[in-house]
Amino acid sequence: MEDGAERAQGEPVWTGLPRGLLRMRRLLLVVWLGPIAIGTGVLLGWLAGPGWAAFALLPLGLMLWGWPMLGRNWRSWRYAERADDLLISRGVLWREETVVPYGRMQLVEVTSGPVERHFGLASVQLHTAAAATDARIPGLEPEEAERLRDRLTQLGEARSAGL
Amino acid sequence: MTRPAPGADDAVNSTRNTPSAHRATAEHRAAEHPAAEHRAAEHRAGEDARSSAAEEPRAAAPERRTDSYGDGVGEDAGDGVGSRDGAGDGVGAGAGEVSGGPVAVVEQRLHPVTPLRRAWAPVAVVIGWAVHDPDGAQRQLTRLDPSTLLIGLAVLVPAAVLYGFLTWWFTHFAVTESELRIRTGLLFRRTAHIRLERIQAVDVTRPLLARIAGVAKLRLDVVGTDKKDELAYLGEGTARALRAELLARAAGFAPDTAQDVGEAPVRQLLKVPPGVLAVSLVLTGATWGTLLAAVVVPSVLWIATESLWTVLATALPLLGAAGANSVGRFVGEYDWTVGESPDGLRIDHGLLDRAHETVPPGRVQTVRVVEPLLWRRRGWVRVELDVAGSSNSVLIPVAPREVAESVIARVLPGVRVPDAAALLRPPARARWCVPLWWKGHGLAVTDTVFAARQGLLRRQLALVPHAKVQSVRLAQGPWERFKRVADVHVDTGANKTVTARLRDATEAAVLLHAQAERSRTGRREALPDRWMV
Repeated sequence: MEDGAERAQGEPVWTGLPRGLLRMRRLLLVVWLGPIAIGTGVLLGWLAGPGWAAFALLPLGLMLWGWPMLGRNWRSWRYAERADDLLISRGVLWREETVVPYGRMQLVEVTSGPVERHFGLASVQLHTAAAATDARIPGLEPEEAERLRDRLTQLGEARSAGL
Repeated sequence: MTRPAPGADDAVNSTRNTPSAHRATAEHRAAEHPAAEHRAAEHRAGEDARSSAAEEPRAAAPERRTDSYGDGVGEDAGDGVGSRDGAGDGVGAGAGEVSGGPVAVVEQRLHPVTPLRRAWAPVAVVIGWAVHDPDGAQRQLTRLDPSTLLIGLAVLVPAAVLYGFLTWWFTHFAVTESELRIRTGLLFRRTAHIRLERIQAVDVTRPLLARIAGVAKLRLDVVGTDKKDELAYLGEGTARALRAELLARAAGFAPDTAQDVGEAPVRQLLKVPPGVLAVSLVLTGATWGTLLAAVVVPSVLWIATESLWTVLATALPLLGAAGANSVGRFVGEYDWTVGESPDGLRIDHGLLDRAHETVPPGRVQTVRVVEPLLWRRRGWVRVELDVAGSSNSVLIPVAPREVAESVIARVLPGVRVPDAAALLRPPARARWCVPLWWKGHGLAVTDTVFAARQGLLRRQLALVPHAKVQSVRLAQGPWERFKRVADVHVDTGANKTVTARLRDATEAAVLLHAQAERSRTGRREALPDRWMV
């Protein structure tokens, strides 16, 4: 982070995402690619000969590469609630940082799918009047997600502004 | 019949109340007061008589719309018929009941020529079918004898007339203190309550045929309204008066005076001469591009395939596009006049179809100054604007830069368009990210706007007032990261994003936070939603 502007307003207090999200994503990676690797290896080895079974290394390699990548991506996600706006920063190679002033929030959504629920996670999605605003924080603990939603809604009301 | 105060009926925060919700409440109420049902029917009859008379004093026309939503569909048709006998009764009862109600709503109907607006639809269907299948059409035509033709007409014409009449009869609109209410539908009822303070723009359009008939269409641009929420057609005078009234009410004039305020005086800011418009179109690349495509593609196809149908099938759409791009634009943008009035900016244009648009101040999200290559020597620019919920985008089709800048200063008060010298170029190393075109990018941030330019041949400078910025994003890909540059995106409420590309990474990080800060504070100095109070 380059910091000239930020120090002027006080260093933001960054919060990372809970470890549960990384666990969930890694599990999903293994659950998807593991059977594919085994299936390819067994089927090709059985039908086309043992040499072809080497193709099973492809999904296996993808899995081995994806494992640390997910870790890097997970570490890159963080958010900070400042006095007047919310910061979300993410991405390793394609870095993106979003600033949404609380007064511009039209709607705050908490969603959680079946897999997320199993891992005890929930996502917070912010909507402004601009559809391009892409402010989503995935994989929060439900209590934290609800706290964030309530706080954002409250701050949004206090600083509300029209279009 | 006891009823809550009119204010309580309006869901204050929701723009639209669904008919079903109305029906539910009305039914509920009817169940509570079974004796009231009979009277409600009388009122309805009275109301219809009144709205056909149209000029009832305001106090005598109470707001009790919701009552009629309890009716079954079957009863609706009886509505009109019964109105004549029940009239006297209903009015008396209505007047007695309302004396307590503070707000009076006059419901009106559209202009009586409205039923004809869809008269061409069956004709178009028949023509479309004939064109689609010429042989079949001819066979059918020869088989037709006068009697079948007559019977067909005898069924079709009354049906069309009845349909047109019923849609017209069951469409009502009313202007209340804070809303425009449109009530429509015979079988499927629909009520739209449009909040006036959320109006983004008001347009009066007069298509060619409507001009001949002396009627006009009124359209409100409010975020979230759809095409059904336009009023088509109204008498020309009525449309103009209604526009003035809506704008006055939206601007916050007291309800009693809103009708008398009348049309605000207009001061003409700019008029585009037809000659300049024609030359500007000749100097536009798109005109020649489409024309060239319309000539080249069919000839190549002719040489390649020698099939007349293929050539026609490609040539016709291409010629259509070329026509729309040159002649169509000329006709649409003919006699373009921009005027200033207290209730907003007035834009009038069109040779055949006349359109009169009004953009209230403070509603503009983005302004773009476009400068095609061939216009640059003459110093001409085109100005486009984005208003949330509005489809109109052109402010000035062509004008000298100084004139255009003075008009922009009216749209965005206090804004001066930064000139080319004031724009900060990307660092030279950005050439490795975007070869050649990197030179076209530029950025200037003044105390009122965020201005970003892009394009090398066709330059486009986008201005966003700080108060209209919804969110700010910084994005950086791996290659940009390697070259230490980054893009800053600014999102506005009209679903447009203005991007300052290829800024130095350190500068971009500072810009990101500074812009968020400016957008937050900019709102405080911005115009209020009710701008004439």
